[in-house]
Amino acid sequence: MPPEDAAPVLSVRDLTVEFVTRRGTLRALDRISFDVARGEVLGVVGESGAGKSVTGSAIIGLIDPPGRIAGGEVRLAGERIDDLPDEAMRKVRGKRIGMIFQDPLTSLNPLYRISEQLIETIQVHTDLDATQARARAIALLDEVGIPAPEKRIDSYPHQFSGGMRQRVVIALALCAEPEFIIADEPTTALDVSVQAQIIALIKTLCRERGTSVMLVTHDMGVIAETADRVAVMYAGRIAEIGPVRDVVKEPLHPYAQGLMGAIPSLEGETTRLVQIPGSMPRLSAIPSGCAFNPRCGQAFARCHVERPELVAVGDRKVACHLYDEPRRSGAGAEIAA
Amino acid sequence: MSRTTADEPALVEVRDLKRVFDVSKPWLNRVIERAPRQFLKAVDGVSFEIRKGETFALVGESGSGKSTVARMVVGLLPPTAGTVTIDGVSMNDAAAAEERQRLRRRIQMIFQDPYASLNPRWRVGRIIAEPIRAFRLVDGEAAIEARVGDLLTLVGLHPADRVKFPHEFSGGQRQRIAIARALASDAEFIVCDEPTSALDVSVQAQILNLMRDLQERLGLTYLFISHNLAVVRHMASRIGVMYLGRLVEVSEGKSLFSAPRHPYTRMLLDAVPDVAMVGKAREAVKGEIPNPIAPPSGCTFHPRCPLVFDRCRLESPPVIDGVACHAVQAGRVAAA
Repeated sequence: MPPEDAAPVLSVRDLTVEFVTRRGTLRALDRISFDVARGEVLGVVGESGAGKSVTGSAIIGLIDPPGRIAGGEVRLAGERIDDLPDEAMRKVRGKRIGMIFQDPLTSLNPLYRISEQLIETIQVHTDLDATQARARAIALLDEVGIPAPEKRIDSYPHQFSGGMRQRVVIALALCAEPEFIIADEPTTALDVSVQAQIIALIKTLCRERGTSVMLVTHDMGVIAETADRVAVMYAGRIAEIGPVRDVVKEPLHPYAQGLMGAIPSLEGETTRLVQIPGSMPRLSAIPSGCAFNPRCGQAFARCHVERPELVAVGDRKVACHLYDEPRRSGAGAEIAA
Repeated sequence: MSRTTADEPALVEVRDLKRVFDVSKPWLNRVIERAPRQFLKAVDGVSFEIRKGETFALVGESGSGKSTVARMVVGLLPPTAGTVTIDGVSMNDAAAAEERQRLRRRIQMIFQDPYASLNPRWRVGRIIAEPIRAFRLVDGEAAIEARVGDLLTLVGLHPADRVKFPHEFSGGQRQRIAIARALASDAEFIVCDEPTSALDVSVQAQILNLMRDLQERLGLTYLFISHNLAVVRHMASRIGVMYLGRLVEVSEGKSLFSAPRHPYTRMLLDAVPDVAMVGKAREAVKGEIPNPIAPPSGCTFHPRCPLVFDRCRLESPPVIDGVACHAVQAGRVAAA
């Protein structure tokens, strides 16, 4: 369990990302806020187009034009990083925030040996000389579970299997001992038996090094087993965020409830799966009020006009009018009705 | 759900199916480098049967040969050895060509990627009408149009959607169109190769529910290929687990999960991250799938198997009573 009292490693407040296109401005992230504590794994789930990956890219400052951060702030260990100039941001990226992407083959340069890639990264971020850097690279490969690292280090990426390559990518992310790692679908390209090994590895690294991880994935099973807390995203907003056990077992937000019910499980009865009608809205046509209201079975007048804010319900936060305190009988709702 | 298909006759019978791919280097390279020819046994002696009205699932990790089996069953790929018999008609016997032609209408396939399996230049109506026209099932344009409208309604779309192009639909809706096309020829046996792997979970639930509803309404038989054990558990009445081209275990749907027998099945079930497993510890999985070009001797699972003993390294275990494992057959494993 992560220490609750410590200051968060990462703090995101009202982060908004927009893409300016010919047909108007698309809002990919709409005022999202969350914290990640030291040594904690925060899972971010959602379906395609929910804004999971954009969240990761925005934090490390890799939103390319026409996209831009239109508002809000990102703080790493209390220090604001979203408005840093490119040069300063480059020092944060890799050094203080590590990254693991979905496809390990595209994260590694196929023309360079693993040793060259690891040693280069280590030397960019530390003062070690070549011999020391090599020793450190071997130690890292050993830590991520690559057998005979002193021999394998001089191999090329294609000589590794998918699971081993992803281990190399994790070693690469760990080179500079970052405080925070963004893992974007790290196991999606892998087979289940290998996926389990990579999940176990990420968990061990968090526990032993105190590194915080933001784990972005569409796979609720991976989140359920890896994360301490989970944020469920929908149409660029956070629908629900809280301890993983609560959100998986008893989701509060109607979208989270539908999502959990839709997942076939290895336990329980194989009855009909819960079905959410329709699909995620396009960014160009996000419904007014609560973005989920056209698909929600419990929507009422207020949901169509007023966007719900994240409100605390016990240990978690939910953005749904069903859990709002009834405030001044909702003037807007009456106008709409 | 009560689906009693146990006493139904077998609709599909697969016997000793084998498929070998030649993965040798080009002739000149072989001569210069003195490299031998190389063969990959994608499917190595697979036998199973599918009863009418049931869903038989094949699960396995990538490279286990499950898609190759599916392609051989529908006749998209000729087998190297072995037979596929559907409703008494051999799929590879030249003498049965005429009967096989009549059988074609009753077999259809749904593919993984609904973005690739629909012709982007054809309107949906033409896509769905193609099997109807090809098999001359309905006469007259008006009748065809009515049939297409019915099929679209059946899969949860609107008859007016027939004038649209595939790009106007989401992934889930495209998969519905693919299902409508499969049903257009009044198919009875549908081979589904990872039909929901490319879809989001909430859409996956819609498609899986639709497939189950259609099975109940139309008495369809499915061969369901997937790598996702939870999806398979949800859909299948019987399940075959594949590893490196061989069927290692065949069992009734429920008992595979409550009492897996083959050590590979146990390992696989242990490895799947599941929402029911929140906060629970699990056993670590060892190793990875070996290179299929040079598979291990004997039982191909032996280098990763916790129950391995000397015989496993020498002999390939036959399937006895639904499981191919020397340790299980020799009674070295306590029933789970």
